Amino acid sequence: MTSPYPIASVLGILLGVLTLAAGLIWVERRLLALWQDRYGPNRVGPFGLLQVLADTIKILMKEDWVPPFADKPVFVIAPAIIMVTVLLSFAVVPVAPDIYIADLNIGLLFFLAMSSLGVYSIVLAGWASNNKFSLLGAMRAAAQMLSYEVFMGLSLMGVVVLAGSFRLLEIVEAQRGLWFVVPQFVGFVLFLIAGVAETRRLPFDLPEAESELVAGFHAEYSGMKFGMFFVGEYMGVVLISAMISVLFLGGWLGPVLPPVVWFLIKTFFFICFFILLRASLPRPRFDQLMSWGWKVMLPVSLANLLITGAVALSLG
Amino acid sequence: MWSILRTIWNVFLHAFHKRVTIQYPEQKPYLAPRYRGRIILSRDPDGGERCVACYLCAVACPVDCIALQATQDETGRRYPDFFRINFSRCIYCGYCEEACPTYAIQLTPDMEMSEYTRKNMVYEKEDLLIDGPGKYPDYNFWRIAGVRIGGKDKGEAENEDPPVDLRSLLP
Repeated sequence: MTSPYPIASVLGILLGVLTLAAGLIWVERRLLALWQDRYGPNRVGPFGLLQVLADTIKILMKEDWVPPFADKPVFVIAPAIIMVTVLLSFAVVPVAPDIYIADLNIGLLFFLAMSSLGVYSIVLAGWASNNKFSLLGAMRAAAQMLSYEVFMGLSLMGVVVLAGSFRLLEIVEAQRGLWFVVPQFVGFVLFLIAGVAETRRLPFDLPEAESELVAGFHAEYSGMKFGMFFVGEYMGVVLISAMISVLFLGGWLGPVLPPVVWFLIKTFFFICFFILLRASLPRPRFDQLMSWGWKVMLPVSLANLLITGAVALSLG
Repeated sequence: MWSILRTIWNVFLHAFHKRVTIQYPEQKPYLAPRYRGRIILSRDPDGGERCVACYLCAVACPVDCIALQATQDETGRRYPDFFRINFSRCIYCGYCEEACPTYAIQLTPDMEMSEYTRKNMVYEKEDLLIDGPGKYPDYNFWRIAGVRIGGKDKGEAENEDPPVDLRSLLP
């Protein structure tokens, strides 16, 4: 099934996501500054909005350098993978009842699969850089994303049980009476934490960890290749925020305002929350991260699934 | 767990705090009188040059940015023939000010010294000399020092007794 306006939806979502991801550079710097009692970029254009443009021009003009010791084809393709996987995930995100690209009957699984593929980008980047720090960052990323993906998927199964479908449009429609954040609050918290880990944002930015690993997996990257990782990370933030609002906060559902506006408000709220997390929390140690994932989050998500299933069965 | 949530909330509350940034070119910060900025050479309360060209500032300077040449006028008063500070080297450490025995060289709260060419950063004596006494309005080295210069003989300085004639036997 496709949207009633296929071309317009594709172009709108693509441009919207790319613009939002680029604009997030400015939003993040301004918000971090706000929470640190500073101003942030406020010189270029109104409120410093053209800072994004200046940064883009700068990063495009930079020398596109491949280190001589790198594995060249893999080094070049790695930043493209993260862009492709994140952009493909947006294909299944329903922005409004008639604005979506593909209404897959396994939409949720497609999203999980694409976010799993994203780890290839980071592992390949770290491996192809042929640099100890990059490799360490890549290994951390692989371990972190594997262990957090397990309960990321499990935390969403409660939603699937309640909605009775993997189709995201139906999941949103199922929340017409009550948003899933209420019956699935544990699942919501689990997915939020897993989402932060999945996008490698602070406090779970161990693959980058600039204070320990220089810049982790993208230490050797410069110019627009670095820009791809950068924008890919922001698109990941947008994606996870959009998925949270679709799966737990009723997507486009809301009174008075048009559906798209509700979707954007909810998504933007979680984007700001991601930035607030970055502003406030320190990075855990790697063994803490792993034991937290396997010993706390996984049992909690299994228990959540079990209880949800039991309640759903007993209520018929 | 509770402390993590509390941290997030406290950081969020900073959104309503006053920002500490001073928007520099439009909004000037307050610089204390002892701020170490552009170097000047000051004058006596009578209007004479304070600098006695003792070279102590040039010796104290860790980056060797001060160059001067001592000379004397006909009354025996020492002064620098030329006095040159290369501000493109100067690190504004203030050692010259500390070394100066006559309060002649002083640092001021002016720090806007950008130039397009490096040569313009070299200040000569006429650029450095100011009309006033700077941070020490009443100090006059030559009136205190027991050195004979024009208009002031031995023993005529402040707090100085007339010289004793060592060869006289009178009490």
